[in-house]
Amino acid sequence: MNAPLQVGAFAAARSVLVRDLLLAFRRPGEWTQPLAFFVIVVLLFPLALDPEPALLRTLAPAALWVGLLLASMLALDFLFREDGRDGTLEQFALSGQPFSVLLLAKTVTHWLLTGLPLAIVGPLVALAFGAPAAAIPGVLAALLLGSVGLSLVGAIGAGLTLGLRRGGALLSLLLLPLLIPTLIFGARATQLAMLGESAAVPLYLLGALAVLALTLAPLAAAAAVRISLE
Amino acid sequence: MAWTWLHRFGSPPHFYRLAARLAPWFGWPALLLIAAGLFWGLVIAPPDALQSDAFRIIYVHVPCAWLSLLSYTAMAVAAGVGLIWRIKVAHAVAAAIAPTGMMFTAVALVTGMLWGEPTWGTWWAWDPRLVFELVLLFFFLGYAALRSAIDDLDRADRASALLAVVGVVNVPLVHYSVVFWHSLHQGSTVLRAGGPAMPASMLWPLLLAALGVTCYFVAVTLLRARGEVLRRERSGAWLAQVAGN
Repeated sequence: MNAPLQVGAFAAARSVLVRDLLLAFRRPGEWTQPLAFFVIVVLLFPLALDPEPALLRTLAPAALWVGLLLASMLALDFLFREDGRDGTLEQFALSGQPFSVLLLAKTVTHWLLTGLPLAIVGPLVALAFGAPAAAIPGVLAALLLGSVGLSLVGAIGAGLTLGLRRGGALLSLLLLPLLIPTLIFGARATQLAMLGESAAVPLYLLGALAVLALTLAPLAAAAAVRISLE
Repeated sequence: MAWTWLHRFGSPPHFYRLAARLAPWFGWPALLLIAAGLFWGLVIAPPDALQSDAFRIIYVHVPCAWLSLLSYTAMAVAAGVGLIWRIKVAHAVAAAIAPTGMMFTAVALVTGMLWGEPTWGTWWAWDPRLVFELVLLFFFLGYAALRSAIDDLDRADRASALLAVVGVVNVPLVHYSVVFWHSLHQGSTVLRAGGPAMPASMLWPLLLAALGVTCYFVAVTLLRARGEVLRRERSGAWLAQVAGN
């Protein structure tokens, strides 16, 4: 019997990652839209209020995290859609490679393209809300850890709603209740960082959520995509 | 083997007959227990020293709040069994629990508001338990929305089952995070940790009502699951036989 072409799971995941990055750079609309959406949603808050510095500082964590959640919902809608439509996901499922690892590679790419830019822009937006420059590392850490959790848990929702009509609104209804812990710890860490206090406790909890999501969510996401493909 | 009796529960005809036989054994006790608990609680039990008669709503509110969480857990367990062992009857049971659980959650929220207005002076307070109950309602709504969005029954069963299982992993996290979130607000002056112990004359009717509502939950789940099985197996040959009798 001929030995099949041996490709390790890691190499397969890396090629998925490279492919997705390449595709994304050829279609920049998909990943720049959520970023623009995030900035505009968050900047609507001061316009809907009196732009009093004290009020804006109080409001900033809430505006940032609600904006991040909504922008992530928008971005997650793109996560599996194209590959589900053209049959790439079916090829992944048939490839003999661990499906959850391939989907994790897709999710990581998705985070690099949406979560990471959102987390980098977030502190700049916080500055516009009157956050002191010293708060930037704390806010950045909270957004980075939080957005990792959002992408991983979001992949489950994206898998479940794959190929459904009205998938976008349904995705938000399924995911937002699941993401309440991330919102609470993230907003709390941002608030503490902006007040100049130690944000260690909520940051550790955010990190714990991210690690929990990293261990369980890829398996659940793979199961979800399999259900949607059958 | 010794386990064969278990497999019979997965057989739709067997479940259909068993559910019909069991339902009255829970339905009638439910009626009696709820009637006794409510009569005792609403008429016989003494009025509360501080809240006078307003506290009596707990005989509806507390059982529904308990059952809301129990029904979510039961739904997730049934869904998990259906997902793992691919038992159709388990999916039917999970789908049957969802509307009942949603009703319990909604009743717990509404009766809580009705009680909160005269007692706390507000319909809604951002209290962890209230928020948690509201999030639970959204878990049920999401489950129902996902089911209704998928036309293929098998896919709807398995996708919603996965959502229920993911949700039940998330329930403790949401609970913990909401308590954490609450700790950054000023402590509530109305709700204290611990709370006053309840005298037996008020506690017994509550336990009766809770047991009655649990029986009601089981009876309604059996009847609804029977309906689900009927709808799913409408082309089954055994049904024609049952209908013929």
